[in-house]
Amino acid sequence: MGEVMKPQQRQLLYAGLTVMLVIIWIFYSANGPQTTAVLAGTVRAATLLALGAMCGMIGERSGVVNIGIEGQFLLSAFAAFTIASMTGSLFMGTVAGIGMGLMMGWLLAAMAVGLKVDQIIAGTVLNIAALGLTSFFYDRSRSLGIGKYTNIDLGPLADIPLVGTVFFSRPPLTYLTMALLVVVHIALFRSVWGMRTRAIGEHPGAADTVGIDVLRLRYLNVTLAGGLAGLGGAYLALEAVGTFSRAMSGGRGFLALAVMIFGRRTPFGAYAAALFFGFTTALQNQFQLNNTFDIPPQFVGMLPFVVTIVVVALSGLVGSMRDPAALGQNYEKG
Amino acid sequence: MSRSILRTVAIPLVAVVLGLLIGAVLILSQNASPSTAYTALLVGGLGDADAVLRTLQKATPLIFGGLAVAFAFKAGMFNIGGQGQLLIGAVFAAGVGFGIDGLPMVIHLPLALLAGAIAGAIWGGLAGTLKATTGAHEVIVTIMLNFVAGNLTDWLSANPWKDNSGNNIVARTPLVEDSATIPTLGAVPVGFLLAVAAAATCWLVLERTTYGFEVRSVGHNRNAARYSGIKVGWIMGSTMAVAGMLAALGGAVESLGVDGRFEAGVNVGLGFEGITIALLARANPLGVIPAALLVGLMEAGASRMQFKAGVAPELIDVIQALILFFVAAPIIIRWLLRMRQDTSEQLQLGAGWGKS
Repeated sequence: MGEVMKPQQRQLLYAGLTVMLVIIWIFYSANGPQTTAVLAGTVRAATLLALGAMCGMIGERSGVVNIGIEGQFLLSAFAAFTIASMTGSLFMGTVAGIGMGLMMGWLLAAMAVGLKVDQIIAGTVLNIAALGLTSFFYDRSRSLGIGKYTNIDLGPLADIPLVGTVFFSRPPLTYLTMALLVVVHIALFRSVWGMRTRAIGEHPGAADTVGIDVLRLRYLNVTLAGGLAGLGGAYLALEAVGTFSRAMSGGRGFLALAVMIFGRRTPFGAYAAALFFGFTTALQNQFQLNNTFDIPPQFVGMLPFVVTIVVVALSGLVGSMRDPAALGQNYEKG
Repeated sequence: MSRSILRTVAIPLVAVVLGLLIGAVLILSQNASPSTAYTALLVGGLGDADAVLRTLQKATPLIFGGLAVAFAFKAGMFNIGGQGQLLIGAVFAAGVGFGIDGLPMVIHLPLALLAGAIAGAIWGGLAGTLKATTGAHEVIVTIMLNFVAGNLTDWLSANPWKDNSGNNIVARTPLVEDSATIPTLGAVPVGFLLAVAAAATCWLVLERTTYGFEVRSVGHNRNAARYSGIKVGWIMGSTMAVAGMLAALGGAVESLGVDGRFEAGVNVGLGFEGITIALLARANPLGVIPAALLVGLMEAGASRMQFKAGVAPELIDVIQALILFFVAAPIIIRWLLRMRQDTSEQLQLGAGWGKS
């Protein structure tokens, strides 16, 4: 299985982590506020990517590619924003975002699992439909009317220097995402559901012969996973930005896929990758704010995307990162 | 023969009708009249010579973009990079168009088009080559290259190639020289004729040459193609290069024939519509022409529809998504028409992200 690490890889990981912590410590002692700002920005940018990656991961573990995450983010953000603005409740908005995500997930499942549409095309339909629908119903005059989600300090934990601000003084959906990482990890690797899910992604035929209803489980998983992307949309509109704008997902649904691949389709791996990508974004914002280096903002802006290309190319070269065997293939009961 | 043509055309045609019907429901939901809206759409796209010119102008990059997707499709690859390839083609064609002067048109115009085409071929070929050598999935790579292209063309038009005339603050290049401007013959832009010629060439190459046979073989079954001695890696790399070149030509025609310059943000989204066009045409290069004309007509008429019926022009995007949905899931239409299943109709691409 992809999630087991070889001892050498584990050592490499620990070595890398140590080096990173030392670098952070050096920077923190040199310029505290700026380091804190960059790291807080890292966690902020990582949340959305982690949610998208988990959505993609559950689908792919079941054998269904989801390139419609971008569209799921966008339409859910729109639903969350509109409902929150109409009801004056961030909570209702969040529920609406999750609900819209579930509906989009169901639609993807209906196309890719039910109607056996090519999975990539089905995802593309979601993306184009989301862009069209949100633009059509976009009402420029509507505003949220209430403040976005604000930071909640987790008691004394929030007082720890650096770590406290970065991890324990966050808004609610960020905490929820961190909790969901643990939940999804346990569900995927420690539960019967998880075992069945991985079975239908690796060998649907074998899973079928032991009595697992492949199509039904794929339907269920892709729909549920949509809820995670829906939460991502709500996070985007109600916690990260506090409004809705056209095409506001800005490609992060696709970045989430790269994060998922980089994180070997495991929640914790994906979060590590999401933090890395989040770091490049936060760094870019920091560069733009105070012009420390004479690099055109467009080149800094390219960074996450160039990194993604390199990562995807490397993950193809490094044989240890293996796709679920039945990924992308629609299952026909024999 | 005629029966098989009917079968091929039936599904896209019904998809368009269903898309327009659901669009009518959306128009009603906005308290507007569907008949007024659709009449305005039609008049705005076909009503007079100006309208026809607009439709043909809108259809031109759509033909190129549709071909860029369809050509890659034939080799079993999904090119979502049309947007980036188009931007790259648009900016480099404009660069040569305004950067050189004193050349006669017969040299300058082809040179500008060529610059765009070559840049686009490199941009698309990069994704194909990465796929062939490392197994990096072209969908992810081309999407990322779209963002990189967006940033790169932004920078080019805001810094080294910026239009410094007057007090311009917009990120755009200066106007291209007259000798690099694509002319218009009456109501027919020459760029449109180029697009039609490109479609015909694609069809000829795919259906009548050894190279085209190899491309289609790779698309049908990569492993079988490899065993029969076809250089699969080369086919994937070169197919994506051709695809990139086609999308880039669409951008070049925009810069040299429609906008007269490259301006950041003007062509955004145009590259993605190629996907709808290619699927609507069932990846047939000749089918791309009517598909692009149809969508081009809707886009040309959209502003009149907004003016006359008060319907947001973004309705066109929704209708396109609906058409795409019905074409991608032909089972719904087949059930409506009581048609038999024909396996050759199902478009299939999906596979994992790594490996080839």
